[in-house]
Amino acid sequence: MPQIHERLANKPYAEYAYATRPRKITLFWRRCLIKQLYMFFKLNLKVMMMVVKGHD
Amino acid sequence: MSKVVVLGAGISGHTAALYLKKYLGKQHEVIIVSPNSNYQWVPSNIWVGVGLMEPNEVKFKLAPVYKKQGIIFKQALATSVHPEGDSDISSPYVKISYVEEGKQGQEEIVEYDFMVNGTGPTLNFAGTPGLGPDLYTNSVCTYDHAAHSWKNLEAALTKMENGEHQTFLIGTGHPMATCQGAAFEYALNIAFEVDKRKLSHLADIIWISNEYELGDFGMGGAYIKRGGYITPTKVFTESVLAEYGIRWIKRAGVYKVEEGKAFYELLDGSYHEIEFDFAMLIPGFGGANIKAFDKAGEDITSKVFAPNGMMKVDADYTPKPYEEWKASDWPSIYQSSVYDFMYASGIAFAPPHSMSKPYTSPNGTKIFPTPPRTGMPSGVIGKVVAQNIVHRIKTGRKDHPHSASMTRQAAACIVSAGYGFTKGQAATMTVSPIVPDWEKYPEYGRDINATVGVIGLAGHWMKLFMHYMFLYKAKAKFGWSMIPE
Repeated sequence: MPQIHERLANKPYAEYAYATRPRKITLFWRRCLIKQLYMFFKLNLKVMMMVVKGHD
Repeated sequence: MSKVVVLGAGISGHTAALYLKKYLGKQHEVIIVSPNSNYQWVPSNIWVGVGLMEPNEVKFKLAPVYKKQGIIFKQALATSVHPEGDSDISSPYVKISYVEEGKQGQEEIVEYDFMVNGTGPTLNFAGTPGLGPDLYTNSVCTYDHAAHSWKNLEAALTKMENGEHQTFLIGTGHPMATCQGAAFEYALNIAFEVDKRKLSHLADIIWISNEYELGDFGMGGAYIKRGGYITPTKVFTESVLAEYGIRWIKRAGVYKVEEGKAFYELLDGSYHEIEFDFAMLIPGFGGANIKAFDKAGEDITSKVFAPNGMMKVDADYTPKPYEEWKASDWPSIYQSSVYDFMYASGIAFAPPHSMSKPYTSPNGTKIFPTPPRTGMPSGVIGKVVAQNIVHRIKTGRKDHPHSASMTRQAAACIVSAGYGFTKGQAATMTVSPIVPDWEKYPEYGRDINATVGVIGLAGHWMKLFMHYMFLYKAKAKFGWSMIPE
């Protein structure tokens, strides 16, 4: 899992220095199996509903 | 008995052919013409490009599937369409040239009552001198290209293991290229593979794009609900790139590539060059360049097709300023604007205008992405076109009860990196509708409740799930039609 690493040292005024970066807690939730299982079903359902509604 | 010819066996053409045969049964003939002997699930080519899948895992032979379904398969290239027939043949026909071994170069005339043009894109590497897997850059547009990319990427990783620094240049290889999503996903996968090998300190990964702002993705960007804010995809995309240690060059039109060097023009009119050790740049897309002739043999290509080779359909092609573009300009039934028995689905239809705001540099170079029409919308359009043709054949009526405008359809874009149950993660973005409708949704252009952007394992699982599910569906196995497009 890539972390914020030395490839992009946060140089002031570099364009990428203005990008938002995840905190440790965000990275944890992204890999938390319980939350991600819930998200998996939620996203699948959302996509399926959108496909069905998108055409007659 | 009616005869329906489908040109192209990509996501859209293949979907259309399967539904046509399913609904029409044995009384009618469905013929598919494609130069490819294999079906490929294009989204998974990325995994081939980083060595996580073999080409065999993303493709399968078409002939056995069509044989089982009762669809006639001709492995050939469509060279011209004759919607009025000619002086000898009264019915519409398409002229094809076989590419199948043993029949190579043989020409044949295939008559039809209805035609579906689902030919997909022509990869216009020649549009940028030096671009393409035969020259100085790599591609992941086909499984062959992706396998070739992996060989070169593997060599670059080996050099890094030996202490050599490598620069990776990933993005768009033409000022008006589209399909940023695929290139973006490939850049993230390279970053992931580099980090996995603990070689980050030896890598410079650069994203180069013709987008005005990152996150445009050829659809004019989007707004998503994220972290308690309504956020533009610019912020979302920049955040993902920064997290993976990728820096970027935007508003760039690559116009030439030499060995280890790419030349680009920025929207401000300045010219630049950048050196690389490994580059994967998406080419411009064009139509299949099929010629059209009337009964007298006069060339009517410009009447049937747009200048880029894509077929004109029920869209409003009247040139007008960006501010006057409307969702209603977009087609909903994909019927030819000239011949009502011809349809175009997927990438083959000519969009009325781009979704991204068009920009031109002071030197006159147009630098902005053209609209993407891959994946979900291609499959849905293929199905709807098939349903309408079936309705016309069965009832004899000319109305179209089914429609699927891209101003109503939604799409999910899953940009996944890594591979496995716990090792991967993906940025998942859903937009609804694909084409912004500023009249219906004046605040954000789209339904903000349906448009989301999330990052995590769930998206990666979704991409894996879709890989197996859509290959199952494409193989027309038991219950295939129950799986949505």
